[in-house]
Amino acid sequence: MRALAAGLGFAAGRLVQAMLVMLAILVIAFAVRSALGDPLREIMGEAVPESERAELRHELGLDAPWPVQLARYLGGAVQGDLGTSTIYKRPTLEVILAKFPASFELVLGASLIVLLLSLPAGIYCAVRPRAWGARLILAISVLGISIPVFLTGIFLITIFSVWLGWLPAFGRGETVRLGFWETGLLTADGLEHLILPALTLSSIMLPLFIRLVRGAMLDELGHDYVRTARAKGASPLRVWLSHALRNALLPLAAIGGLQIGTLIAYTLLTETVFQWPGMGFLFLEAVTRADIPLITTYLVFVGLLFVVTNTLVDIVSLLLDPRIGLEGER
Amino acid sequence: MSPAAPGKTASPLRHVMRNPGGIVAASVLVVIALAVILAPLIAPQNPFDLKSFDVLDSGIPPSWLAGGDERFLLGTDAQGRDLWSAVLYGTRISLTVGLFAVVIQAAIGVPLGLLAGYAGGRADTVVTRAADIQLSLSTLMMAIIALALFRAALGGESLGRFAVPLLVVVIGVAEWPHFARTARAATQVEAAKDYVRAARALGIGTLGLMWRHILPNIASPLIVIAATQMAGAIMAEAALSFLGLGMPVTKPSLGTLIRSGYDLMFAGAWWITIIPGLVLIGLLVSVNGLGDALRDALDPRRRAL
Repeated sequence: MRALAAGLGFAAGRLVQAMLVMLAILVIAFAVRSALGDPLREIMGEAVPESERAELRHELGLDAPWPVQLARYLGGAVQGDLGTSTIYKRPTLEVILAKFPASFELVLGASLIVLLLSLPAGIYCAVRPRAWGARLILAISVLGISIPVFLTGIFLITIFSVWLGWLPAFGRGETVRLGFWETGLLTADGLEHLILPALTLSSIMLPLFIRLVRGAMLDELGHDYVRTARAKGASPLRVWLSHALRNALLPLAAIGGLQIGTLIAYTLLTETVFQWPGMGFLFLEAVTRADIPLITTYLVFVGLLFVVTNTLVDIVSLLLDPRIGLEGER
Repeated sequence: MSPAAPGKTASPLRHVMRNPGGIVAASVLVVIALAVILAPLIAPQNPFDLKSFDVLDSGIPPSWLAGGDERFLLGTDAQGRDLWSAVLYGTRISLTVGLFAVVIQAAIGVPLGLLAGYAGGRADTVVTRAADIQLSLSTLMMAIIALALFRAALGGESLGRFAVPLLVVVIGVAEWPHFARTARAATQVEAAKDYVRAARALGIGTLGLMWRHILPNIASPLIVIAATQMAGAIMAEAALSFLGLGMPVTKPSLGTLIRSGYDLMFAGAWWITIIPGLVLIGLLVSVNGLGDALRDALDPRRRAL
């Protein structure tokens, strides 16, 4: 009972912390907007007389003291209103959410590749550490760490699009609308377009995850329960998969979740190489054309992704392993 | 950067030299470093001087290919710039940014790590927690945001003018935790040793003790971290320049060259992208390789392997 209360208290504390971080991000976004953006120019353009400007400024409450404006901004943010994009003339959140499916599907594709390859490769390297294949896998992953993700993309395009002409190099291809979600996963053309970007994005995560899986498995294989399971006559494969792997997965998921910031940055690079119409590509367009409301909304959205992931990882880790919470409380 | 006495480095250096990977990495780096230092003498033209090249020469393939021109060993880029000169000067920028960024990282991280490891208690808690938070923020993402805001505020031209110091600071400040963590762990080990207690008993002040006695003894792991961090900084600079948030086209680094050539790759001009790309990979692999060799050489437990 006491453990449950401690657990709930921990979760509540994390939620409060998450909300404070979000508040800080919103205040920063507000400061950037006030310092860099001129909402009047966004609405009226340059060629409007000063008297009309002053009038509109008063009407919109832009001559109010900054605490009032900040309160208004935060109030709007709670209702999902973070301003209007100067490029698209539409609410910024709407513009970003429209691009979210593209980025999400790219990350999903890359994660599937990472999962399908890093688990067997990592387990193999852990259970047969001296095998020739294991050494080769580790050597390749060292090389993989040294190749920047945008170069991997460029090389893949050179080989598979320019030389061989097998796969498309740019864009998402044909997409299907499912409500608000525009998916490229349901058409052959969309899937074909996904292969190279997803491979590129996975290439930067694979070496890390192979090492993580290997390390976690090596740790688990040294425990007594593994020896017990073997002594009971369980087959090696069963011991690896259902005993050791299950215990190794939790720290892996936690580390994976904590890498979300890096993942977003690499996704942005991948989207730039393949002109993949996702959030990162949109952000760079906003930067080039100085669309301040869109830039700040992207900051808030990325901040939200970051905070939600980190909080979830913390709480899920606690649910699955109560020791983490108790250690944190001390 | 290494405060260790000459007699101390001699033995690890010999160990690096016994490791074939280490020899290759070190030699490649020496060649690159020489080429970069002597770039003004080796390079046929100054790629940062717009007057020294002609747009009419643009897009010439490397000299060994059909259509190549013997004046341009590796061909020319979209502006007619000699690619060999551009790669030399671009590598120079990449190495400069990497080097200074790592100096900043060490200048922030090592003192904090020494303090945390030696003083312990609240100072330790604060530094460790701050390092955790900083690491979770992802350097590349923070750098992208910082440079994007700078560009949105002052325009692409100002970003170009201040690109080198900006890149150094942005990459340097965000990556201090790696040095701090390493210095902290090593300091904790050293602080418990007899020579530290003896020095304290002799009345040597805390600062002097940390600087003169502990720092030289924790130099080995710091040198290893410096190599890894150097590779990371070079890669970050290339990525930022590739995104158009780093070095401008008028003063291209390897990342800028890759980006500017990428537009022409589908027109058949692959060399403007691929050659700087291969140079970048060669640089990163050898810096990482040297780091690995140093780690093996400086870590007595690994030396036995």
